[in-house]
Amino acid sequence: MNRRALLGRGLIGATALSLSACKILDGANTRDTALRNTLEAVGKLSYRAQRLIGGGHTLAPEFTQADIRQGQRPNGSTNPDSADYVALASADFADYSLTVTGLVDTPLTIRRDALMAMPARTQITRHDCVEGWSCIAKWTGVPLGLVLDQAKPQLTARFAVFHCFDSIEKGLSGEVKYYESIDLIDAYHPQTILAYGMNDAPLPIANGAPLRVRVERQLGYKMAKYVHTIELVDSLANLGDGRGSYWADRGYEWYAGI
Amino acid sequence: MSYTSAGAERPLIYRQSGWTRITHWVWAICLFFLMLTGLQIFNAHPTLNIGIESGFEYDNAVLDIGARRQGDVITGYTNLLGWEFDTTGWLGVQGDKVQAFPSALTIPSNRSLATGRVIHFFFAWILVGTLTVWLVASAINGHLRALRIGRADLAALPHDIAAHARLKFHHTRDYNVLQKLAYAGVLFVLLPLMILTGLSMSPGFNAIAPWLLDVFGGRQTARTLHFITMVLLIGFFIIHMLMILAAGPINELRSIITGWYRLDPEEK
Repeated sequence: MNRRALLGRGLIGATALSLSACKILDGANTRDTALRNTLEAVGKLSYRAQRLIGGGHTLAPEFTQADIRQGQRPNGSTNPDSADYVALASADFADYSLTVTGLVDTPLTIRRDALMAMPARTQITRHDCVEGWSCIAKWTGVPLGLVLDQAKPQLTARFAVFHCFDSIEKGLSGEVKYYESIDLIDAYHPQTILAYGMNDAPLPIANGAPLRVRVERQLGYKMAKYVHTIELVDSLANLGDGRGSYWADRGYEWYAGI
Repeated sequence: MSYTSAGAERPLIYRQSGWTRITHWVWAICLFFLMLTGLQIFNAHPTLNIGIESGFEYDNAVLDIGARRQGDVITGYTNLLGWEFDTTGWLGVQGDKVQAFPSALTIPSNRSLATGRVIHFFFAWILVGTLTVWLVASAINGHLRALRIGRADLAALPHDIAAHARLKFHHTRDYNVLQKLAYAGVLFVLLPLMILTGLSMSPGFNAIAPWLLDVFGGRQTARTLHFITMVLLIGFFIIHMLMILAAGPINELRSIITGWYRLDPEEK
């Protein structure tokens, strides 16, 4: 066989191999298998590495007013239709209050006007969706750490869980309410705020009114919208499927810093 | 270190150390999965932009793959730098599947951004680990010297290009200058660029090294560079395969599998 013929056969073989090879990791779709768990375990190095190098207080880049060239692209739920939410929205959220509960010494219910009277932080940051796009906007809100301090977290608390009004999935088994969680390092990060304002205006419903989280060192799905309750817990095992967030229960990483 | 089986007309020499061979094959596996999971991830937002963000109300796209429906007809399009091509059946839409890259080129073969990301980051860590192992081993065992490009290499460049163009290969103990340029280019330019542009898409890493975003010109430019580097790596892979086939696949494969390489007679 001459070189050219060999070359041709090689290319055909390589093409056939790659066409069948793309299915070889389809088994990784299935949760709780040895394969999936192994793949996920190595991925968790990203969390450890970023906490190790980045520590608690490295800041996400902030931008200038000139960098805001468009509105903030809404994603996920954009208009919750649960009865309690619709009632609040119809009164422009005047009756909204945030509940802080769980492993705290002083459970709280903070009315919207009281939240807005607390010290606020405004930051122009880049919102990165897990899909790959980015969008820059200005966010105004109360630092989550200030709210948690009022509730006095107990020593056993490790995570802040955000319970939300919206549900993306409405299946036969009923609605699954959106929830998210972050560690207390991110919860007390100076740029982690409960935002009620966006681009110098009240936070629109499509972007999470009346209150959404900004966790600027992670991807968009961590930044829960339509938050009604913050719960401090010592373990994520008892929430949803036990992975700590709506999207983590559906195969995404709980830590979305990458 | 190399051992020569003495007296042979075309001597076999021990050319590639175990470290070189093992890391080579681990990279090959990593790059295969990284590329195909990368296309899965790309499919979740099949647009590449230049700048710090994605333009939704303005246009900063350099590549956009999508589908348009007119009545019952769906056409796939690929827009590259403003030039639009009808890519129905290949990119944008394949049959009744509306997705940028076809299932045959994504891992997993079904649509799953979550699974694609999990596999991508797994192999990204393996790749970084293997590169580190290779760099340390090669610094110790002297393999790095094999990639050093000296004055003699540059002087030989025109002759070497002419020889490759005529598919005339000299099987020598050392890499020729085009090999050195290609391997050093992949190991010291393309793979580090791949890792750094990948890290620049991580909001957690952006907080650790915000200067890196400025180096690449923003997160979306980094994403575009990540994609372009992938295309360059595929280009390297294709040439790499062609060169192996043209230079004598049995000898070349034996050297990267067992370490033993047969030289041309004049090299004795």
